Amino acid sequence: MKQVELMDVSKAYEKQQYVLDEINLSIEEGEFFVLVGPSGSGKSTLLRMIAGLEDITDGTLKINDKVVNHLPPKDRNLSMVFQNYALYPHLTVEQNILFGLNAKKVNKKEQQKRLKETAEMMGLRNYLKRKPKQLSGGQRQRVALARSVVSESPLCLMDEPLSNLDAKLRAHMRIEIRRLQKRLGLTMVYVTHDQVEAMTMGDRIMVLDNGKIQQVGEPITLYNEPANLFVASFIGSPKMNMGNAAIIDQKLVIEGVLKIPVDPADVATLTKNNGLTVGIRAEHIFQGTSENTTHELEVINVEQLGNETLLTFEIGKELWTAKWLGQWRVDVGDKVPVHISTKNISFFDTESGQLMKPASIINEQEVVAI
Amino acid sequence: MNEMTIHRESLATVDFEKVKKRQRMGSFFKGILFLLPSIVLFSVFLFYPMVRTIYLSFFLTDNSGVPTVFVGLDNFTNIFSSPIFQQSLQSTILFVLYTVPGAILISLFLAVIANEKLRGIGIFRTMFSSTMGISVAAASVFWMFLFHPTMGWLNQLLQVVGLDGIGWLTDPKWALLSVSISTVWMNIGFTFLILLGGLQSIDSYLYESADIDGAGYFYKLRRITIPMLSPTLFFVVTVTLINAFQTFGQIDMLTRGGPQNETNLIVYSIYQEAFMNYQYGTASAQAIILFLIILVITIVQFKLGERKVHYQ
Repeated sequence: MKQVELMDVSKAYEKQQYVLDEINLSIEEGEFFVLVGPSGSGKSTLLRMIAGLEDITDGTLKINDKVVNHLPPKDRNLSMVFQNYALYPHLTVEQNILFGLNAKKVNKKEQQKRLKETAEMMGLRNYLKRKPKQLSGGQRQRVALARSVVSESPLCLMDEPLSNLDAKLRAHMRIEIRRLQKRLGLTMVYVTHDQVEAMTMGDRIMVLDNGKIQQVGEPITLYNEPANLFVASFIGSPKMNMGNAAIIDQKLVIEGVLKIPVDPADVATLTKNNGLTVGIRAEHIFQGTSENTTHELEVINVEQLGNETLLTFEIGKELWTAKWLGQWRVDVGDKVPVHISTKNISFFDTESGQLMKPASIINEQEVVAI
Repeated sequence: MNEMTIHRESLATVDFEKVKKRQRMGSFFKGILFLLPSIVLFSVFLFYPMVRTIYLSFFLTDNSGVPTVFVGLDNFTNIFSSPIFQQSLQSTILFVLYTVPGAILISLFLAVIANEKLRGIGIFRTMFSSTMGISVAAASVFWMFLFHPTMGWLNQLLQVVGLDGIGWLTDPKWALLSVSISTVWMNIGFTFLILLGGLQSIDSYLYESADIDGAGYFYKLRRITIPMLSPTLFFVVTVTLINAFQTFGQIDMLTRGGPQNETNLIVYSIYQEAFMNYQYGTASAQAIILFLIILVITIVQFKLGERKVHYQ
């Protein structure tokens, strides 16, 4: 069943500048749906439109198969967690959690029952009498979640809820939110600018840029087959290595430096357009063995992460990063043998930015179905 | 070799404590230099007059204010047995009770409605805060015309409705109320502006969150707006209370303390004692009593009020 449906939804301020342009989208019941994009892409606006905090300029918004364009937030039966948590600083944790139930005049016995359950679930039992300023960032975050949970609304909206937490706590809360959503069977619409959050939490992701949908799909699909250059560079860390390329004498020449032989069958499709941009993931620039080394590249920076090593090379004007598993003792200035194959390279049309041909080897090699 | 020994010696002879002390003295001197203008001004216009007032309150004076006879606490005992001062005290308290809640409630109402995001709201905000830019003298003249027994708009309005005119400033029953009304009007500008500023600093996320929770307008007002505004309200109450106790201008312009001493507020009474009756001693004693009243009320307010005020 479709929980949220957007049909040609647009948003414009001052009747001209479209911040969101004809968004079509449907979110299934019980789905964890992530809206991701850089700041200014319109993702928060879209969420606020679903919540009813922003007017919809054009198009139809349906929640539970009912058109809700005209309904105020309280009649849309949803809950929302804000970036800064929006806790009432003058109320205790308990009063904060019960604020909505009081406003809706839920009876006291029911209130206490739900409060107890929620506090138990969120581990807030010992903090009920405290004021928000006496809580740590993570605890405040939990109160905000508790407020959303206690409303028992089937749809929960979250606007960058983790961006005020430090990295360690963020990783922890990611898991907690994900578990909570699964346990309660909530439909979640989650806004973030952090592609790691999007990848790790979402059942499906929508990438938004400049008010336009770039791609909608499962995290792995977005990673393996990015629909255009924007998605390719936005999803994945370190970001996909990009470079201008041309086909000269049956060979792919990247940034005028790297020459890689191409399968003759592909040449026709790849030379159709004028400009060609190629992209290759950092983990697909392999260390070359004596048989398969294709290039020798000079290392200009080394990052030791413990379990893996990031090497940076200069390819024409671009900086490319290779991710090698394990610890590699390489110094800046060394020339290292690498293996780069066209099978790992995604091809994009430079002008439109659209994907022409995804990396072909991924499907055979890396996706392991259990 | 030679240089090294010298170096070592100089290191040993540096007295850190002494250097630190000199630095502290230097920064103290600089600090005093910055404070000097304030210290001088406060001393001349505040500290000296205050000390002098306390001194004078123990004396009888001649016409030019020179102390003549030391009378101890007689000035104070005389004041408290004087029916005129008691009347004055009662009027002052009534005046404070009329004007402080009146001005704050009206300004709060205006601030809440002016805080809505509507087209042209700026015009209303300017209008509501405009009385701040009008001097007490000008405002008093304006109200004098309104209160005029025959030509005043207020009485003309009453006549249109079919009621008898009221001697706004001449009837002992009405005079204090009339002065209070005009004072409330004069104070609205300032209180409105401060309260509006307080309202605008409340995070809009709180209201959005409440909207999603399904809170109604008055629920939000009661549970969010008022508590979040409490520090501003506390400030406004304190300031208007002190101002009300010190009212002088409008009394002097509108009623001159009359009729039958009904509007003879303490500050006006001090003025009369000192500059009409040339009783500087009793005037000083009254001034000290006023000072103590304001001090005690403000302390009580801080003790009681601050507990209920929520600071971010």
